[in-house]
Formats: sequence, C-alpha cells, structure tokens
Amino acid sequence: MAAVQETVERVRAIDVDAYKYGFVSPIESEVAAKGLNEDIVAFISRKKGEPGWLLDWRLEAYRRWLTMEEPRWARVEYPPIDFQAIHYYAAPKTSPGPRSLDEVDPELLRTYAKLGIPLVEQEILAGVDKPRVAVDAVFDSVSVATTFKAELAKAGVIFCSFSEAVQRHSDLVRRYLGTVVPPTDNFYATLNSAVFSDGSFVYVPPGVRCPMELSTYFRINERNTGQFERTLIIADKGAYVSYLEGCTAPRRDENQLHAAVVELVAFEDAEIKYSTVQNWYPGDSKGRGGVYNFVTKRGDCRGARSKISWTQVETGSAITWKYPSCILRGEASRGEFYSIAISNGHQQVDSGTKMIHLGRNTTSRIISKGVSAGKSQNTYRGQVSVHRLATGARNFTNCDSLLIGRECGAHTVPYIEAKNASAVIEHEATTSKVSEEQLFYCLQRGLSAEEATALIVNGFVRDVLQQLPMEFAVEAQKLIAISLEGSVG
Amino acid sequence: MLEIEHLSVTVHGKPILDDLSLSVKAGEVAAIMGPNGSGKSTLSYVIAGKPHYVVTSGRVLLEGEDLLALDPTERALKGVFLAFQYPIEIPGVATMTFLKTALNAGRRARGESDLTTPEFMRRVREASQLLKIDLEMLRRPLNVGFSGGEKKRLEILQMALIQPRMAVLDETDSGLDIDALRIVAEGVNRLREPTRGFLVITHYQRLLEHIRPDVVHVMARGRIVASGGPELALELERKGYREFEEEAA
Repeated sequence: MAAVQETVERVRAIDVDAYKYGFVSPIESEVAAKGLNEDIVAFISRKKGEPGWLLDWRLEAYRRWLTMEEPRWARVEYPPIDFQAIHYYAAPKTSPGPRSLDEVDPELLRTYAKLGIPLVEQEILAGVDKPRVAVDAVFDSVSVATTFKAELAKAGVIFCSFSEAVQRHSDLVRRYLGTVVPPTDNFYATLNSAVFSDGSFVYVPPGVRCPMELSTYFRINERNTGQFERTLIIADKGAYVSYLEGCTAPRRDENQLHAAVVELVAFEDAEIKYSTVQNWYPGDSKGRGGVYNFVTKRGDCRGARSKISWTQVETGSAITWKYPSCILRGEASRGEFYSIAISNGHQQVDSGTKMIHLGRNTTSRIISKGVSAGKSQNTYRGQVSVHRLATGARNFTNCDSLLIGRECGAHTVPYIEAKNASAVIEHEATTSKVSEEQLFYCLQRGLSAEEATALIVNGFVRDVLQQLPMEFAVEAQKLIAISLEGSVG
Repeated sequence: MLEIEHLSVTVHGKPILDDLSLSVKAGEVAAIMGPNGSGKSTLSYVIAGKPHYVVTSGRVLLEGEDLLALDPTERALKGVFLAFQYPIEIPGVATMTFLKTALNAGRRARGESDLTTPEFMRRVREASQLLKIDLEMLRRPLNVGFSGGEKKRLEILQMALIQPRMAVLDETDSGLDIDALRIVAEGVNRLREPTRGFLVITHYQRLLEHIRPDVVHVMARGRIVASGGPELALELERKGYREFEEEAA
C-alpha cells in the first residue's frame, strides 16, 4: 500500500526525459584500445592474471565468434553494430582487487551511494530492521567491492567477483564454466566468452542455505564501453541461494553494448532463485542512445528435485534480447520464469524463456507480463520443449500483455513442442488495454492520469512482483511507475 | 451550488442532451427521474467530465466555477463525486489500496498530509461498519468478482470517505435488493449536510422512499420536462413516463 503511494510520489517528482541514473562519474579509468582481436583478448586475460587454460578458452571462443553471424530473428531493429568501435575493457584506475572497503576509491563509493546501493557494511549492520544483503559491485569491467564476505565464508558460501574466483577457486570455475552456456552457444554468448570482464561467482556447499540475499550491481560508466559480465552460480546438493542483480548506466547519445552470460547449476534438491531488476539507460524520448542488452541466461537443473526460478523486472535498455532458460534434466526438477517487461518511448523488447524438459516428471511455470507504452514494441518469445524421455512433464504458461496508448505493439510468439505423449502443456495469453473506463474511474476519484496508470499497471504485474524478494519489490514497483512516465496523454 | 444552464451534448455526433437546465442548492437532494435513454447517465458523465461527451452549448457551474473548463481529476478535487451505475473493475489493485490512494489525492490537493495507516484504517472501519461491508472484501481487487450490491455499497463507502461537496448518484438503486437498498440509502442520508448537494438519478420511485428528495425533476428526451416536490415522484409512479415523454416530443 505504502509502496503504491510512494510510486505515485516518485512519478510526480520526475519529468519525462529524466533517467535518474543517467549521471557520469568522474573516475579515472584504464581503458583498452578500441576494437577486438587476439591481442585484446590476451590483454584482458593478462590484466586479470588468468591461468593459461582460461586464455586458451577465450581465444577459442574468439576464433569461433569470427565465423558466426549476428542473430536477426528477433523482432528488434537497429543499425549494424561496429564491433571494432567498442572498448572491450575499462577499469577504474585504483584497481585491481581492493581487499577491503577501505581501499575502494571514495568516488566509487559515492557513485554507488547515489545509486542507492550500500557498500558500507557497518551501516547495514547497524540498522536492525534493514534487510541484510551482500553486495558485489561491478563498475565497467571490474568488480570493485564485495560486502559481507567474512560472514558468508563462515557459512561456507563463496561469493566474490569472477576474477577473484578464477584466482582462488580456479578448480570450481574450470569445472563449471561454459557447462551450461557453452562458448559456442550463440553469437553474443561466444563474444562474451572471448572478452568477458567480470561478474559474480557464487558457490553454496551441500546442505547450506545461504544466510542472506546476494546481490550484484552492474554499472557501465565509460563511454563506448561494452560490458560483458559473466556470472556463475552453483548450488550444491540441498543448497539454497537467492541472488539479485541490478543494472544502470549513464545517459549517452550513442548506444552501449551489454552482452552478459549467466550460468546457474543446481544439484539434487538445490534451489536457486535469480532475480533481475534491469534498468539500463533506455535512450531518450527521440530514441537516441540507450543500451543494447543482448544477454544469455540459462540454468541447469542437474539434480533430481532441483529448482531454478528466474524473476525479472525489465524496464531499461533501448533493445532487450534475453531469454532466461531452464534445462530440466534432473527428475522432478522445476523451472520457473516470472517476468515483467515494460517498454516505453522507442524501446524494443524481445524477451521470454525456454523450458527444456529432459527428465521425468519435470515441471515448469511461466508467467509473463508485458506492458507497452509510447512507440515501443514488446515481444514475448517463449519455448516449451518436452523431450522423448520426459514422461509426466508439465508446463503452465500465462502471457498477458497490456497496451497503453495507440502507437505501441505487443506480440506473443510461443513455440511448443512435445515428443512425449504424456506431456501436459497449458498456454494462456491475453492482451488488454488500459481502458478509458478504468482511467476515468480513477480520475473521478481524484487521481492524476499518471497515478491512475501506475496503479493499474502495478495491479497488472502484481503476481510477478510478489515473486521478488520483499526488499526489492518496492524498488521494482517504483521503477515501473517511473519508466511509464509520460505514457499517458 | 450546481448550476446547469442550457446544456446540449452530443455523443459520437448524436444529440443526447438538449438545452437542459437544472440547479441543485447546497443542502438539497434533487432527484432526476426518467425513462431509459432519456439522457440521465449522460448528464452524470458530463458533470464528471468523461471523455467523448461533446458539449455543444451551455454551462455547468459548481459554486460559480466553470466545471467544463476542468479535467476530470480537477473536478473530483473540487468536490464532484460520481457514484457509478456500473463501477469499474481494476484487477490486481486491492480495494484498500485504491481507497487510500484516492483519499490521499484529495488531501494533498487541499494541502493536507497523507493519512497515517492507523487513522486511515479507523475511518475505513467506521464507514464500512455502517454500510455492512466486510473488511475482507476490501482486501480483494477493486470490484473484481463483487456482487452488484457489493459494488454499490463500495461506491457509497468511497463517497463517505471522500466527503464530496456535490455527489451525483447514477442509478445507485439498480440491482439492489430491498435490504441493500435500505443500507445504501441510510449511507446517503447520513451524509446529508447543509453544505452538500446531491443529485440522485433513478429510474424508480422506490429509492426515493428511502432518500427523501427535496426536489424531483422529470427528464425525457434530453431535457427536464417537469419539476416539483416529492409528490411528483408518486405521480410519476402512478401515471408512468409516457405522458411526460409526449410533452417533450
């Protein structure tokens, strides 16, 4: 209730073209030369002091990438990307690898404070009521700080930057890297494999319930910089972890490329809950600038009764191309996908999920809520595939689209295939408009058009918002309202 | 309080109201009776500012201020309240949330601070009790799956919380059984005040047995064809609308 109230307050306070996170931080960076070749790949690897096997892995991916073509099947339009005009590495100069928060550049801490992300443990520890969230902050290409490490270590949980994991837990990284999203997977995943910079690494040992929410905040700061983070999360037998990522970028007139890869592995009886609040800069009201978000996210339910759930709130980016998926290998494993995708202005969203049922009695559930406003195009693209041996597989899909105004579009593209006759697949889809009747009813009660729209949209996405960890649901709700700014005439 | 002067209105090019004049004084309950299609609901929508109703001539003033120059939100904040004949469903939005948002919108417009949750709950509980509304109902999404009676009682609950200056009730009695009708009517009667005006639109005299009007207007073919005291409603019930419709023709 209070959240809705806050939502409307925030909406009121903001003008149409304002992207709150659009500031640029004056931080000196070390930036690799523009362009991509084997030397750059080697440079990145050397910067991170990586072992030889990882450099080879990168180079192999790079060579593979040279033979691949950009996918063009999504319902998105953009001019060709010049991959030689991008910096593939940028790092704040004070790095590498601060050992404690005291070593972090104060300007960086200020940036994160501005973003509303606490990197100071004491502050969080002091507040008894505040939820405790361990944060890994990634600035351009490197991780700048990870909080609560000591406390997590006590529970046996490893939560650190990917670069650090390569140094200190090389065996784990080597065992799992690329086993869910192989380096040959697709154009952008392969590019990422060659040049990935940093990201988070999580390992939760058998039987351990991670004692707090884990969270990573990604921030692109440098101009003409691509961000290619790589995240790897492993939940061993019977483990549980809830992880949240948030993303922002400065306002820039040119487009920024973001091509991340996320791999999740869940063993027997393990559960991974992965939530995303994606708010990359969406471009201005004329459609200039904004982040191209081409992301590959996949979870592997390797063990019996394992569970992976993706929850995403997507409000940012000029283009979103993203299909968090679950491979349901283990018997009776379960995949879930809850999505809110909001598009306004000239944003283009082509997003959805894949549920690949390989094991017996596997179940999946897809709830997708698309909200389109302005001149945006919003496509849900989802695949449910039941393989020959997946006896007793079940899927339920519900795709709802809400249109605001007359110039936007909503599209639903479901692919369903069942090779086992026992499969039960349900698909429901609706498209509705914020009706004039609903708006008028709210206005008659004294709400402004913005307040009314925020209220109606929040109602529409409520089922999914409830899936988010509590402390982020409120934030997401505000974000939704802000991103719909100016959508009602 | 409310002055409607020579109002003509078309909807999608079709004339619905034709040179209609009417006034409601502060403290007065004015009833409008009329057959289906006489333009009663149109009148209520035009007062509240619903889109697509085109005013071709005339004025609507609330305490001297030109309502037609204001958007629907502004009219609501000036004190115009419409109890809808068919209240609208908003899925996923808890009724309680809606009530609080609406109530605080009004408070802010008056420069007051938001209600605290306990104070809000106290008011809701009190008003709900009088209207025999179960608080459980208010946790459900707004009007979704509500019975006709529940929807109408909720309209009156909103009116009781918002405390408007000028309330327009559009066929609030339709779809109500006699017990619900009594509860709703009592709800309205409790809000009668020397500073508040009511325009009660109804098809039947039945409602007016419970909400005693000060004035009764008969509407036919988009205009007021007869006005009188409460006895006019009884006469209408006896004679039917036909005679008045013929007069208007």
